Amino acid sequence: MNVGLPFPLCPAPEHRLTIRARTKAAVRQFFIERNFLEVDTPILVRTPALELHIDAIQAEAGWLRTSPEFHMKRLLAAGWPRIMQLGPCFRRGEWGRWHNPEFTMLEWYRAHAGLEDVVQDVINLLPYVAQAGVGQTACNWEGRRIDLCAEPLRWTVSQAFQALAGWDPVQEFDPDRFDRDLVERVEPAMPKDRVVVLSEFPAACAAFARISPSNPKVAERCEVYVGGIELANLYAELTDVEEYRRRWQSWASDRKRRGRPVYPPDEDFLRDVLQMPPAAGGALGFDRLVMLLIGGPDLDCALPFRERLDP
Amino acid sequence: MYTASDLRKGLKIEVDGVPYEVVEFNFVKPGKGQAMYKCRLKNLITRTTIDRTFREVDKIDKPNLEERVVQYSYFDGHHYVFTDPRTYEEVPLDEETLGTARYFLSEDVEVRLLLHNGRVIALEFVKPFVEKQVVETEPGVRGDTATNVMKPARIDGGYELKVPLFIDQGDWIKIDTRTGEYVERVSRG
Repeated sequence: MNVGLPFPLCPAPEHRLTIRARTKAAVRQFFIERNFLEVDTPILVRTPALELHIDAIQAEAGWLRTSPEFHMKRLLAAGWPRIMQLGPCFRRGEWGRWHNPEFTMLEWYRAHAGLEDVVQDVINLLPYVAQAGVGQTACNWEGRRIDLCAEPLRWTVSQAFQALAGWDPVQEFDPDRFDRDLVERVEPAMPKDRVVVLSEFPAACAAFARISPSNPKVAERCEVYVGGIELANLYAELTDVEEYRRRWQSWASDRKRRGRPVYPPDEDFLRDVLQMPPAAGGALGFDRLVMLLIGGPDLDCALPFRERLDP
Repeated sequence: MYTASDLRKGLKIEVDGVPYEVVEFNFVKPGKGQAMYKCRLKNLITRTTIDRTFREVDKIDKPNLEERVVQYSYFDGHHYVFTDPRTYEEVPLDEETLGTARYFLSEDVEVRLLLHNGRVIALEFVKPFVEKQVVETEPGVRGDTATNVMKPARIDGGYELKVPLFIDQGDWIKIDTRTGEYVERVSRG
């Protein structure tokens, strides 16, 4: 391995596949070393997890999963303390430089752990898999060198938005303004030479994270960015079944209003959540990780084929 | 009206009454947030670009654009008058609208006009190359066809451009109307 030497920008296609395969093997090895069990949960599901802005792809009798999280949380409830999965997920209509309707998700959970534990997992994972994938603990992306071993920059959503967008979404939330300022002002201004951890999302953006016990205005949720690209989403997991139902209700009525499909609640999951231990979990876009390591401008470099579907 | 999902490279849209062409287009979706379309838009009148992000729910205006091919007829002292060959309607255009294109006109030459709300905002020659006679330049240097050195020349009508050293007064040359630049010498007459 050419340790210390910068890997050539965007290697030839045959090398890209090798990088992908090595990175995948290294992800598995990383979690094996930490006593995680690799699990396989259904890809074809009866009902996909309902979220405000995620649409599922219908598949004959059921749906293709948008995320493996509900089944993995059921395994936590069944007593498995450390589980990981690396497999395909599907989201309707997501097509772009950094989106593909079919993508590979790395998802992992730690029972009896907190948000910071899974943040550390990402911080340790990145240089580990980069070393295995491209022979260095850094990547070259869009002309910049990103040192994956450097101390990550920590920003709270409040700090980032007050400094870059002139308002604090934690104090007063505006969903449209939040999404727009995030992509137009905050993400473009992120330092591109190291990992950025964005934390303390407004409670309204909790998704499936629990609300902070010390501050009801923020969720225990983080996003990890590399090169300004959102790579991983981390939660201290919500385990309160009543709160799950409340969020489902609010997202369902919002989706109905916008003419989006509403998937019924997953009653098996809601039954099992009652047994779920406190836990933290993460979801990382594996194809984006490979793209960053390869140094290519979009997901085309990370996937041997991209099938364009009609909308 | 367009919706954001219609956006793609090359689409012409209208924002605040101004026609734009989408020249760059990127689907973005922040984690757990709504889908958005980050676009770079080229103003079809001034040719400058702006960045605009559209949300999935945004409605986007369709510009009232019309393309028309007309033929040059005559100069009436104030306006360059074109004729629509199908309707024989006369379309007078002023010097400012035509810009340097006015130097490349000849009788019956076809020009494609882009109109926004009936106003001409862009035009191009259907055949991009025109042939013009050099009316003034330093005497040609015989044999010097290899170097890239250029000298000023003036064509019929007053337009000035750079030509190679071997071009003589009275020569006919081919000009690219899109750049206004010399292409090659042509033999004529």
